[in-house]
Amino acid sequence: MTGAAGTPALEVEGLCKSFRAVRALDRVALSLHYGRVTALLGDNGAGKSTLVKCISGVYAPDAGTVRVDGTVQAVASPEAARALGIETVHQTLAVIDPLDVVENLFLNREHTRGGRFGAWLGVLDKKRMRVESGEILSRLDIRIPSLRRSMSALSGGQRQAVAIGRAAAWGQQIVLLDEPAAALGVEQAARVLDLIRSLRDAGVAVLLITHNMDRVTDCCDRAVVLRQGRKTAEVDVGEVTKDDLVAYITGARTGDLGP
Amino acid sequence: MTDDSAAAGRVLPGADQWLARRRQDAGLRQYVVYMAAALIFGLFAVILRDDGFLTASNLLNIGRQAAPIAVMAVGMAFALAAAEIDLSVGSVAALSSLAAAEAVGSYGFVAGAAVALAVGAGIGLVNGVIAVKVRIPSFLVTLGMLGIVSGIARNLNNLQSLPIRNDAFLAVFGAGSVGPVSSLLIWTVVVGVIGHLVLHQLRWGRHVLSVGADRSAAAALGINTDRIRVTALMTSAAAASFAGVLLAGRLAIGRHDLGENLLLTVIAAVVIGGTNLFGGRASVAGAIAGSVVMAMLNNGLILMGLRVADQLIARGVIIILAVALSMREQKET
Repeated sequence: MTGAAGTPALEVEGLCKSFRAVRALDRVALSLHYGRVTALLGDNGAGKSTLVKCISGVYAPDAGTVRVDGTVQAVASPEAARALGIETVHQTLAVIDPLDVVENLFLNREHTRGGRFGAWLGVLDKKRMRVESGEILSRLDIRIPSLRRSMSALSGGQRQAVAIGRAAAWGQQIVLLDEPAAALGVEQAARVLDLIRSLRDAGVAVLLITHNMDRVTDCCDRAVVLRQGRKTAEVDVGEVTKDDLVAYITGARTGDLGP
Repeated sequence: MTDDSAAAGRVLPGADQWLARRRQDAGLRQYVVYMAAALIFGLFAVILRDDGFLTASNLLNIGRQAAPIAVMAVGMAFALAAAEIDLSVGSVAALSSLAAAEAVGSYGFVAGAAVALAVGAGIGLVNGVIAVKVRIPSFLVTLGMLGIVSGIARNLNNLQSLPIRNDAFLAVFGAGSVGPVSSLLIWTVVVGVIGHLVLHQLRWGRHVLSVGADRSAAAALGINTDRIRVTALMTSAAAASFAGVLLAGRLAIGRHDLGENLLLTVIAAVVIGGTNLFGGRASVAGAIAGSVVMAMLNNGLILMGLRVADQLIARGVIIILAVALSMREQKET
């Protein structure tokens, strides 16, 4: 896809983040590649969500660099991250309940009409957004009963699908998923995994936080393990067993820290 | 209870779903305010038929009283939609009436309105910036501002009312009319239409709702939540100023207490109209209908011959009841 062959889509080095006395991230390195799914594993409090929030501009890291396509970037805000092609599905999904599906898909990415004046005023082009929403959802094979439904009327799986659909629609390069299939039924979780695979097949670099080892072996290429804010292992998923992964997470084993 | 509804669901398959969809799509809450308006109107029409409730001049009077409430309510709807609240609107209206009266005397009627609006927007800006930057809930910031602005208004002209003698100002913002339609009514409709369009057709309106519904989610999507909250508070204060202009136009004076006691009335009008007191949902049309309800109540209680003290008590009870009802309806969805 974009970028020179072999250049990581996203490369994080020496990332540190502390909250008062707590060191949430300690010199963490991570790289994501186009067309590959990287699992980010670790026990509760290991720093996974903090890492995602540092990359997506929610938190400002204390130290460290973030490279996108090999260029150092300051991801100072969520808006800056989105401008760099980094889309995030947070644990909380960040969907707005009283707004409908179309409005959520296009939130802060609205099309306007009425030329330059309309754009300045922010006159919404609702028809165009509705048409494009239909296209986005059908491309990703996401089925929602009605685009005009407010999010609060959707099931948990549908809400999750909309959140992932939004990330997929705008994240042409990098998509970060913080436990996107938590609290979902078996069938819905399977559909989320299908979505992740189709993102990968479209050449997107995906980071997936999960506690479910089946999902790691099902659809991830590489796994990075955090423990108490440090990276303790980085392995090819094909070369390890689920038990190995659990051992890395619990700290029973420390592994290859990768290149 | 639950057994009954389950049984009903079996007898009429799909009835529950249908009901749920009706609630979701149309939302009974949207109609509560219109039903209330019709009910109160009908009630007063019967009870007060001999006291002149239904006369043309009384109905016109209700409309004139509703106008400043409605204009403030539309602004307040945006503040509430953003999960903020503006308690300073009454005092802002009063100060603006004085500012308008002062400026009209020196610079003409356009300047009068412009200065008043600038005063309101400026106070809203201060409210918003303090709330956002110092991280004080707007509830407290605007409560403090209520006192400050009231004090300034009292100092400005030593508690005296300031007469307005500019005919153009009085015609455009007060007693004038276009054909049979009072200019106050026209302004109410103009503000309502603009408010409705801003809420539904502009990006800013959707962002206000988003920030009010879930501030951290809106921030995670890159929305500048500080800017939205400040501009929402500026909107409520600017609307309050315009209400002050209309009050000044109607009474042909600026005075330190014009509209000062409207705060509770305005909040009640907005909430009865279907706007969520805690953000994320707003209705401009409902806010205006709620204002008409409140104006009818005021008018009816006076026609009933209640003493001022009893009016206060009756109005307080009715407001609590009405808001409780409309909030119960909101929680169900």
